[in-house]
Amino acid sequence: MPYNVAVCIKPVPDPKYYDRITIDPQRKTIVRSGIPTMINPVDKNAVEAAMQLRERFGGYVAAISMAPPDAREILREVLAMGADAAYLLSDRAFGGADTLATSYTLYKGLKKIELERGLPFDFVFCGCESADGATAQVSSQLGEWLAFPHLWNVFSIESVSPDSSGGRESFKLRTKIENGFMEWVGRTPLVLGVSREMNKPRFTSVMGIMKAKNKPLTVWGLADFAEDDGHGMDSGLIGLSGSPTQPGEIFTPDLKRSGETLTGTPEEIVERIFAVMRSNGVSLVFEP
Amino acid sequence: MKIWVHSDVSDGRITDVTFELLSKARDLADDLGGADMEATLIGSGVASEAGRLAEYGAGTVYLADAPSLALYSPLSHVPLLVGAVELWRPDIYLFAATSIGSALGPAVAARLRTGMAAHCVDLRINDRKGLSALVPSFGGRVIGEILCPNSTPQMASVKPGIFVKKPQASSEFRIVKLDIPEDASDERRLVPIGIERRHPKGRPLSEADVVICGGFGVGNKENWLLLEELAERLGGAAACTRPAVDEGWCEENRMVGTSGQSIRPKVYLGFGVSGATHHVCGMNEACVVISINRDEGAPIFEVSDFRVVADLNRILPLLMDAVRPSVRR
Repeated sequence: MPYNVAVCIKPVPDPKYYDRITIDPQRKTIVRSGIPTMINPVDKNAVEAAMQLRERFGGYVAAISMAPPDAREILREVLAMGADAAYLLSDRAFGGADTLATSYTLYKGLKKIELERGLPFDFVFCGCESADGATAQVSSQLGEWLAFPHLWNVFSIESVSPDSSGGRESFKLRTKIENGFMEWVGRTPLVLGVSREMNKPRFTSVMGIMKAKNKPLTVWGLADFAEDDGHGMDSGLIGLSGSPTQPGEIFTPDLKRSGETLTGTPEEIVERIFAVMRSNGVSLVFEP
Repeated sequence: MKIWVHSDVSDGRITDVTFELLSKARDLADDLGGADMEATLIGSGVASEAGRLAEYGAGTVYLADAPSLALYSPLSHVPLLVGAVELWRPDIYLFAATSIGSALGPAVAARLRTGMAAHCVDLRINDRKGLSALVPSFGGRVIGEILCPNSTPQMASVKPGIFVKKPQASSEFRIVKLDIPEDASDERRLVPIGIERRHPKGRPLSEADVVICGGFGVGNKENWLLLEELAERLGGAAACTRPAVDEGWCEENRMVGTSGQSIRPKVYLGFGVSGATHHVCGMNEACVVISINRDEGAPIFEVSDFRVVADLNRILPLLMDAVRPSVRR
């Protein structure tokens, strides 16, 4: 049977430039000027997983993001990868959200898409963590809001009961754990936080980029979530004021050590390295 | 005040990160001028493990022990912990940022509508007697303080290796059994089937006095294998950076940094490691850092105690000669 799939997308500052990020000492804000924004890398694996599911079973893939208005570009990229539609939840009122407020906002967005299409989502894919905040909390919390079972760090999904009767398949899923993996059997609906080992994301083709121009990209602000359609947003649960966690001080950690440069012949340097090990309590009885 | 720690369980045994969390909870309790330290424990046949929690200061262990709980599932574990919190109302609740804790903790927080700080590098009590969690972002480039002033429990997760475990003298404790729902039909929507472990070669990074770390500058797989051998002969462990994993030289379970492991060896010896912040955040607790890199301007040198500006091919063969049995001195 065809599946309705949502993929959650986060625009992040390009991780290649994180060592350039500084803090404005007066305003106590993060300075990231000049650093380009890109799709959170592992979110591409989530998009790819959704594409593969649609190629196998048919269905519909919607990308959704809660972000500032310029995230349209990132969502166009996801449309170019093959998503059918994209939704951007963008409003000043959503700003400053922690993971709970973010997952609530995404939940409301997904419910509104379901309402407009008249079809419930079967799968929600997320990247397992973002490169910038890296809390890895949104997929589990979104699962709780939706009341869908949720798995985190998923790297494999396959259908185990090819279905002829029009009923629901079961899926065998694998999640990464310490030194191994865990195996699961689940039925839809599911929220899956996928890891980078899940697949190799496809490149966007010229054809994909052309097609993306004509695909629907909808922007919704708080006002679009009116109370009367049964899916209104509780303004006490969104943005900074709706976030149970609040930011305090920020600083860049000082990890500097006053280093000594070891000089001399390579033999002398190696002697010094062993001497440092010995003086720091490393027993140098070499194992056979 | 009550501080809770959720036990991270692997193959029926409580893992070290749980004791690291309890040890930190002890410090927090002291800073609060006293607080009850308690733990939650879920699994199958894990009742015998409760005493180990007491060795690290847990006075009460909330226990759910049943065959159906042998493997983690959000459908069974989340309601158990949410129910326990609603009954006994902890003020602070700490989770291990392991594969299970990272999935479970945020789900519990969401259902309780409370805040959770992820992957904390330190936890403190602030002057309003609240939890102040220090959280890295942008690969560790920035540390932000996260507060949870208006809801309880104030939740936080911490990766293994961040805190140091310190056994306590007292071991008096009581066990409170959590009610396990009888009807588990809802749980059939997602069923954990089993666990497969791949036993990694070499000593765990957390147990090694010496960690030999290879970065992108290692250059090739052959050199990486030499580092592994060096680590083994020194009785240490080999670690790597993200680029070394991406090159296919080593496994991700050897990776050190914000998205890998946090280590605190006596000696860290790095070869061809550039020193990106997201790596440094995982190794800056090493007692001594020795770095070998041919690039004089490599950022790793700023966070090193001893710098060797040289091609590793000039140093590594001599180190190998010194540790190989045939040339043992």
